[in-house]
Amino acid sequence: MNLRQTLAVISACLATGPSVCWSEPYPSTYQRLPSGPVRIVNATLLTGTGERIDNGSLLMADGRIQAVADGSKRLRSGSVDTGAAQVVDADGRWVTPGLIDVHSHLGVYASPGVEAHSDGNEATAPVTAQVWAEHSLWPQDPGFSRALAGGVTAMQILPGSANLMGGRGVTVKNVPSVSYQGMKFPGAPHSLKMACGENPKRVYGERMQTPSTRMGNFAGYRAEWVAAQKYIHDWEEYEQRIAAGESVPASGDDNAHTTPVRDLKLETLAGVLRGEILVHMHCYRADEMMTVLDMAREFGYRVSAFHHGAEAYKIAGELAEQGVCGALWADWWGFKAEAYDGIQENIALVDRPAGGCAIVHSDSEEGIQRLNQEAAKAMTRGRRAGLDIPPERAIRWITSNAARSLGILEQTGTLEPGKMADVVIWNGNPFSVYALADQVFVDGALVYDRADPALQPVSDFELGQQLEGAE
Amino acid sequence: MNALRALPCLAATLLASAELPAEALFINDATVYTMGSQAILQGADILVRDGSIKAVASELPVPADAAVIEAQGRPVTPGLFAGITQLGLVEISLEASSVDSQLATEGLRPEFDVSSAYNPLSTAVPVTRIEGYTWTLLGPTRAGSIVAGQGRPVALDGDFSSFIGAPVLFVDIGADASEQSGSSRAAQWMLLEQALAEAGSELQWLPQPLLTVAGRRAMVQYRSGGITVFDADRAADILQVLDFAGRHGLKPVISGGAEAWMVADRLAEAGVPVLIDPLLNLPGDFDELGARLDNAAILHAAGVTIAFTGTDMHNARRLRQSAGNAVAGGLPYEAGLAAITVNPAVIFELGDDRGTIEIGSRADLVVWSGDPLEVTTAADQVVIGGMQMDMVSRQTLLRDRYLEADPGKPRAYIKP
Repeated sequence: MNLRQTLAVISACLATGPSVCWSEPYPSTYQRLPSGPVRIVNATLLTGTGERIDNGSLLMADGRIQAVADGSKRLRSGSVDTGAAQVVDADGRWVTPGLIDVHSHLGVYASPGVEAHSDGNEATAPVTAQVWAEHSLWPQDPGFSRALAGGVTAMQILPGSANLMGGRGVTVKNVPSVSYQGMKFPGAPHSLKMACGENPKRVYGERMQTPSTRMGNFAGYRAEWVAAQKYIHDWEEYEQRIAAGESVPASGDDNAHTTPVRDLKLETLAGVLRGEILVHMHCYRADEMMTVLDMAREFGYRVSAFHHGAEAYKIAGELAEQGVCGALWADWWGFKAEAYDGIQENIALVDRPAGGCAIVHSDSEEGIQRLNQEAAKAMTRGRRAGLDIPPERAIRWITSNAARSLGILEQTGTLEPGKMADVVIWNGNPFSVYALADQVFVDGALVYDRADPALQPVSDFELGQQLEGAE
Repeated sequence: MNALRALPCLAATLLASAELPAEALFINDATVYTMGSQAILQGADILVRDGSIKAVASELPVPADAAVIEAQGRPVTPGLFAGITQLGLVEISLEASSVDSQLATEGLRPEFDVSSAYNPLSTAVPVTRIEGYTWTLLGPTRAGSIVAGQGRPVALDGDFSSFIGAPVLFVDIGADASEQSGSSRAAQWMLLEQALAEAGSELQWLPQPLLTVAGRRAMVQYRSGGITVFDADRAADILQVLDFAGRHGLKPVISGGAEAWMVADRLAEAGVPVLIDPLLNLPGDFDELGARLDNAAILHAAGVTIAFTGTDMHNARRLRQSAGNAVAGGLPYEAGLAAITVNPAVIFELGDDRGTIEIGSRADLVVWSGDPLEVTTAADQVVIGGMQMDMVSRQTLLRDRYLEADPGKPRAYIKP
């Protein structure tokens, strides 16, 4: 951060409260790799906006998508010299936005899954909103390059689900880096990972502490939101006094107005109540999701997405009405009681209502490599149930809808001029078990090429191991 | 029969009510993946009578007493292998009261046989069956010792006595089982040597025995033809299996096999088959550092008989997707299909009449909406032992209960 930025942050603090000052540490140092303009022609484009363009072309330059057009139109782009662009003939191939996984534990449960790599669950207290997944994130996890080969250009790394409030998640660009800051998605908001149901009550109930029931779960969340409300109030009052020119001592007796003490846990929760931090909540059962939505109303915050939601199809209308996304699996079920009612049409049914926001997520170092296949299965099950779901609709589940839930739709998730040039060229229709990503671009730079080993990143851990370049 | 293709979920339910006991079954105009000497037959008909296949050829006459499935060129394959699973042994993985797949007591108990716990009425059985899977190998999961116990192949027709092959012994080798062997994999061989020494002992009474009397009897079977599945991933461990099995006259099958590709020639030479998860390309631990997507392709090219496993039991239905990915990773298409049909049937010695579509084969068949390895297809009709299976599971009922957007009444009154 340079001096001007620092001053800007300080003035923002004074204007809007302390959380802004403190949301800036550990900033992104991501910089796009240098690249020249690239023009992809003769492609089938799935834009992520619900549109399909046959025989389309796409121009990337300066890290951004400059133009998208069908074959009959000339690509127009004011400032870019399209003549200088490298041309990729994608005849017979399909182009999509870079895929986005909203639920990954890469880097925090890294491969190999040895004890030393278990950094995803701070399962030492039921509420750990003060921990940040990024502080666990090991950028040398070989899983990142596997996901890249599957066309994934961005992902949200979340803490695990042992806790009611498990900590902050972080959105990263899927680019090789020695630090997570070098991957951190510029401008993406933090998230708060929350969890419903069996996990928190099992983990803490077995230790004979609260929560040991679902009602204990809710009592636990609510107590924290009450504390966060007071925290916001205390800081606002403090700032009003400062603004009014009063002197506020750093400490004093209980009744005195003193400077509030910074609390990392409540800072995260206050960020949620202020709308700066997005809630991503692990929740399987329909009844629990409805209770969570009431709780969100009680405390005045929004749930960005329910994750896993095996029963989301039972409340698809309510989710759509309230603008809550369902981040779901195509076919997982049965591993626990709250996943017993999972069905393969879940995603398609959540997608069905007007305003429905279905997302295919992985929660898996294997699944993140095949989000396109997972979406293909969900699309197929929807179609077999009589729903009309063309590929241009289903691609939203792994691109724009995912971006929307992460608060980065303004920047990525679709093939629209002005967006980051996060783009995948597939060897054919991506909704196929045989589909492979030929080339993956992040901010216009070619970061993976299936035909060129020089453009297949290998993590430090893999060097000299048998799995080097295993893909 | 166009309606069947357009509205499979509704039409199939109406047309194929529970296990329709027709005298004969006739599948008309199919693309038949025989997995036998006839390879792929286009425009072929299949005649089934008394549970087995009587004819496979073009332009067969339709018997008057036959139920007819109009395949309209759709693919027909043998019923798929669901992998080594705990179907019918586990209802909900995290609910201990519904889990019977493991023996948590300490000590080597090879006599522990999970097949006596098999519940064909588990909801997971039809969930898997209607996706094209007609059999699985029940496998105990390791808990108390490196010898997980015994399992058996079972047909997923929902009957109480549908075991279709001899018991199989399961042994765990490597880092996963280190806790059960005094924290070293070297001790795994020490324990197994002792177990086999006891099994072969003529003495009625042994001081400080590792095995019970029943365990000794169980172990002996695996020195006289029974199949032992060794779960091993590291190349060095796999070679140890080959050596150990050779010395003791065991019939080994490797399961896991993350690094099997490194010793493919040795496996081929020894004629030892390998069951792998073809999606494994990241190491779960240091035994799997060599995990790679073309494991299947390399093993196949070396002449190793491969089959697929590795999906979670609730999602055993994903195994054909795994096979499709192996094909995308360089495995020839028919080898990918063989790895979930004929190969496992051969490996687990189910007999010549399973895993293929030939005259005399048992009629375990699947009519697919399209390419059986593709993620955009589904099983339209499953046939086991000549019977058309009801294409309904608890999941399709839940789907149908919630399919109507606004039913105007509580869904508890909708009973599809």
